[in-house]
Amino acid sequence: MKKFGKIIASALAAVMAASCLSVGALAADLEGAVATDGSTSMEKVIGALGEAFVEENQDVTFTYNPTGSGSGIQAVSEGRCDIGLASRALKDEELKSGLTETILALDGIAIIVHPDNPVSDLDLETIAGIYTGQITNWADVGGEDGEIVLIGREAGSGTRDGFESITGTEGSCRYRQELTSTGDVITTVSQNPNAIGYASLAAVGDSVKALAVDGVEPTEETVMDGSYTVQRPFVLVTREGETLSEAAQAFFDFAVSPDAADIIAAAGAVAVNAPASEDAEADAAE
Amino acid sequence: MRDSKHALESVIHGAFLLLGLITVGCVLLITVYLILSGIPAIRQIGLFKFLFGRTWASTASTPQFGILPFILTSVYGTAGAMAIGVPVGFLTAVYLAKAAPPAVKGAVGAAVSMLAGIPSVVYGLVGMLVLVPGIRTLFHVPDGASLLAAIVVLAVMILPSIVNVSVTALEAVPREYEDASLALGATATETYFRVSVPAARSGIAAAVVLGVGRAVGEAMAVMMVSGNVANMPSLFQSVRFLTTAVASEMSYSSGLQRQALFSIALVLYLFILLINAALNFFLKRGKEE
Repeated sequence: MKKFGKIIASALAAVMAASCLSVGALAADLEGAVATDGSTSMEKVIGALGEAFVEENQDVTFTYNPTGSGSGIQAVSEGRCDIGLASRALKDEELKSGLTETILALDGIAIIVHPDNPVSDLDLETIAGIYTGQITNWADVGGEDGEIVLIGREAGSGTRDGFESITGTEGSCRYRQELTSTGDVITTVSQNPNAIGYASLAAVGDSVKALAVDGVEPTEETVMDGSYTVQRPFVLVTREGETLSEAAQAFFDFAVSPDAADIIAAAGAVAVNAPASEDAEADAAE
Repeated sequence: MRDSKHALESVIHGAFLLLGLITVGCVLLITVYLILSGIPAIRQIGLFKFLFGRTWASTASTPQFGILPFILTSVYGTAGAMAIGVPVGFLTAVYLAKAAPPAVKGAVGAAVSMLAGIPSVVYGLVGMLVLVPGIRTLFHVPDGASLLAAIVVLAVMILPSIVNVSVTALEAVPREYEDASLALGATATETYFRVSVPAARSGIAAAVVLGVGRAVGEAMAVMMVSGNVANMPSLFQSVRFLTTAVASEMSYSSGLQRQALFSIALVLYLFILLINAALNFFLKRGKEE
């Protein structure tokens, strides 16, 4: 953790010096408060970023209010927080109302089945059909005969919210099991040859098989280039043309810097900015 | 000398009283907090709709907060666990207290105590990895996570409470009763079931009530094997208990949903209070006898 902190410290110093946004202020001297508000799905990512940031800036108070993407966008547009958090892209009218979005990371949701399941590719429509109970047998989608067992997450979970909104199945999923953690979903699917489930891509290992969706395998690369469709952006929302407080700006810069990528990856999302190791030289050249 | 001794005594008395009051304070605090945080949602939803509503959809666009599925699941689940656990536990206790040779008694007693010490998450894990797939293959159902799996796990979990308390009650039966029965020509088995068990009945009843309490209050293990979907209970369906309803949604809940979870906790708390009242009743009756 200490080593981690050091990396962040140096990263932060570099970013601040380079961007010149905080006039001559050193990271350690930063004071003030950073208020974030919004998406519950971003809890892990923003929590990890906030923790790392506060560790280096002891005098800064960092708050995160998990209210949901809609409320977060509302809060930032009304000036009730510094940075709004949304786990979806902003709508046109939201952009027009004077908000800017900065994509922090992408969250890929893998559709997983038992390793012995012969099915390895489904399209989004079929997945929606399976989860709403229109398709109930694996034989209908090219598998062996067997009733499909739907494994999902509990109400309120960000992954469930993400999966249901992408597949357009909000509130109509016929779950056989609603489990309370990604790990439980993966374990359960690995135990039942007829099960299908969804889980954050970063958490999926060898015990289950991640399906290709519309022919695209879920990997970090396909999530990054957008060809894997079961994904959503984690967005930082700010008011256009308004300068953030010193502390909030420092946090914003830290969060989108390449050096935060490892933290974001550890929290289970794909950072849009490449990790420090690959980009260090490019940064230096600039 | 005498005075200082007296002073020390009263200090110690005071300290004990204070420590005792901590427990009472905790109970009062929890009770008041649960009532205060549980009432608002019930008032908003309506008591009847809350207790007897058959649909729980806490995050739907038009949320529904009916907890009848949870109440019935908890009742059926506990009843099922008792149906398996009580006969096994009771007969084990009779055997251990009366018939078992000392070596067997020592070994079985140790095993029962060990069973009591296993953390519930371990029961859940074993249930998830062994019992759930087992039920799936044995009964040819699509998925094994079900009320049945929860019942089996709970039945095993309540065994130690039932066995230990029953054994204590049976061992407290005066030897003379049994000697008299044997002297009148009754066989050993007749004596156990016609003399010892009736004499220990209030203790055994207390053991059963204790088991009920444990089964109603268990969350972790059942959460891992029951599937957690708010269905009306049925043996091979995925179900959600009162405890797991609170535990599974608490982390992400907000607004009325969170308040409703407190209301579920309040209902659960009332159940436990009733069970405790029953326990006290049996224990008191035992003492009077």
